[in-house]
Amino acid sequence: MENIDRIKDPILSIKDLSIAYNKGAKYAVKDVNVEVKKNAITAIMGPSGCGKSTLLRAINRMHELYPSIETKGNIFLHDEDIMKMSTIQLRRKIGMVFQRPNPFPTMSIYDNVIAGYKLNGIRISKSERDNIVEQSLRNVALWDEVKDSLFKKGTFLSGGQQQRLCIARALAFQPEVILLDEPTSALDPIATSRVEDLLVELKKKYTIVLVTHNMSQAARISDYSMFMYLGDLVEYGKTKMMFTNPRDSKTEEYLTGKFG
Amino acid sequence: MKSDKITKYTLFIASLVILFVSGGMVFSLIGGSIPAFKEFGLQFIFSTEWNPTEDREAYGALPFITGTMFTSILALIICLPLAFATALFIAEYFKRSSLASILSSMVDLLAGIPSIVYGLWGFYTLRPLMIELGWSAQGYGILTSGIILAIMIIPYATSLSAEIISMVPNELKEAAYSLGATRMEVIFNVILPNARSGIIASFILAFGRALGETMAVTMLIGNANVIPKGISGVGNTMASVIANQFGEADGLKLSSLIAIGLLLFLITGIVNAIGKLIIKKLS
Ligand SMILES: Nc1ncnc2c1ncn2[C@@H]1O[C@H](COP(=O)(O)OP(=O)(O)O)[C@@H](O)[C@H]1O
Ligand SMILES: [Mg+2]
Repeated sequence: MENIDRIKDPILSIKDLSIAYNKGAKYAVKDVNVEVKKNAITAIMGPSGCGKSTLLRAINRMHELYPSIETKGNIFLHDEDIMKMSTIQLRRKIGMVFQRPNPFPTMSIYDNVIAGYKLNGIRISKSERDNIVEQSLRNVALWDEVKDSLFKKGTFLSGGQQQRLCIARALAFQPEVILLDEPTSALDPIATSRVEDLLVELKKKYTIVLVTHNMSQAARISDYSMFMYLGDLVEYGKTKMMFTNPRDSKTEEYLTGKFG
Repeated sequence: MKSDKITKYTLFIASLVILFVSGGMVFSLIGGSIPAFKEFGLQFIFSTEWNPTEDREAYGALPFITGTMFTSILALIICLPLAFATALFIAEYFKRSSLASILSSMVDLLAGIPSIVYGLWGFYTLRPLMIELGWSAQGYGILTSGIILAIMIIPYATSLSAEIISMVPNELKEAAYSLGATRMEVIFNVILPNARSGIIASFILAFGRALGETMAVTMLIGNANVIPKGISGVGNTMASVIANQFGEADGLKLSSLIAIGLLLFLITGIVNAIGKLIIKKLS
């Protein structure tokens, strides 16, 4: 990998990470080394199937749900090896938002926001709960739209609202990092731009890692970008630098639309 | 063009035949039961008498309705935890493991065994066991029948609810896991609430099966035309009394048996319709 100026005091450090979906199968992510800057948006770009989601899902150990997946290497949150943390602790510190909005259809908007607490059986007082729900919904600029229908099902909202609800659900634990896997690919342009504005706002408090196959989105909102190709991290650096002056010819071809 | 028309008419006629057959069945059931209802009125449903003595003939369906309900409800109660646990095991906890696929094919195997074989097994194995355990004097009765019925409907309830459980979208489970939920928390807070009405429907349909099940129950219920005295008592079900007595019946007695058939048809029809309706609403 062509490297950049090392990131000072990274929040995430990924070391020699390789992931295969089955024992002996080819690696979907190959020997990736990368550091993620705190309070910044880091985009992971690349053509479909290059390993973006696979890399992202390693960061909160989602792959452990599927026993056949083999993971090698280390990931550190600050200086702590995430493999040594409990998944409960880890996932509270690193939240996730998925490609398609997936609010829990049996729960109200209110319950969706505090779903993390409910699922984990964490008891908090009603006023605390109300507070978390309001804060989280304000954080995603959804409060004014839903404050009168908090006890309606979240699935009645529009796609864009549902996705912001899912972000609010991830924020309710006050995580340090939020992982988002193509969060706007199922949304219309207006809803997309609202989510993008929101992410820019959120980076003041949180660190954001965003998978996108949309180059202009990466250019618009990210501070750092990774370019992946066939499981390799081909290039990583400040987004501005990468878009104006890519170091790798593959990156240049991708950014100029020669494939992807 | 021409073959198109032929196909169309063939299909049309075939569906018409089915319609006539089932319509005719209902029609003849109603027709056959008219003498009984004329003689006894609605009292037929609530009477416990079953007296074939000439000149004093009197028939009532209540013992058989209660027998059918008791055995089926008991079967459902026994079936519920077992089928539910097996379904969770197959469709979620160990899904895609070889253990789950072995279990799943064994469930399918159970579903294919003819009723008479269950009856035989119940008669030669379960009945002596019931006597030995002191749960039933002759080994016949509601409890024995309920157990056999439960074993018979478990495969059905299991495969239906396993299918429902595996239909819960993966993205919802992943959402819960990403919030730090454990396996159990995902099962109880995401999978079950989302699969709830489907699972209920599965058990309603399994209950519908138990209501009409005849052969095995006939061999084990004791065939006493009385309201069962508790769980270890003997009795008779709607299906069993018909199977036992239709051969020698005529006149008012035959009409009464047909009337019981009609009632059974209505009850199972309603139960199945409710189950199907819930399933349909889901998809
Ligand atoms: N569940 C899976 N089982 C097997 N292979 C998978 C699975 N998911 C993804 N892959 C493979 O891993 C590679 C990377 O996939 P992914 O990380 O989803 O790519 P991206 O998110 O960049 O589109 C692809 O070759 C894909 O076919
Ligand atoms: Mg992807």
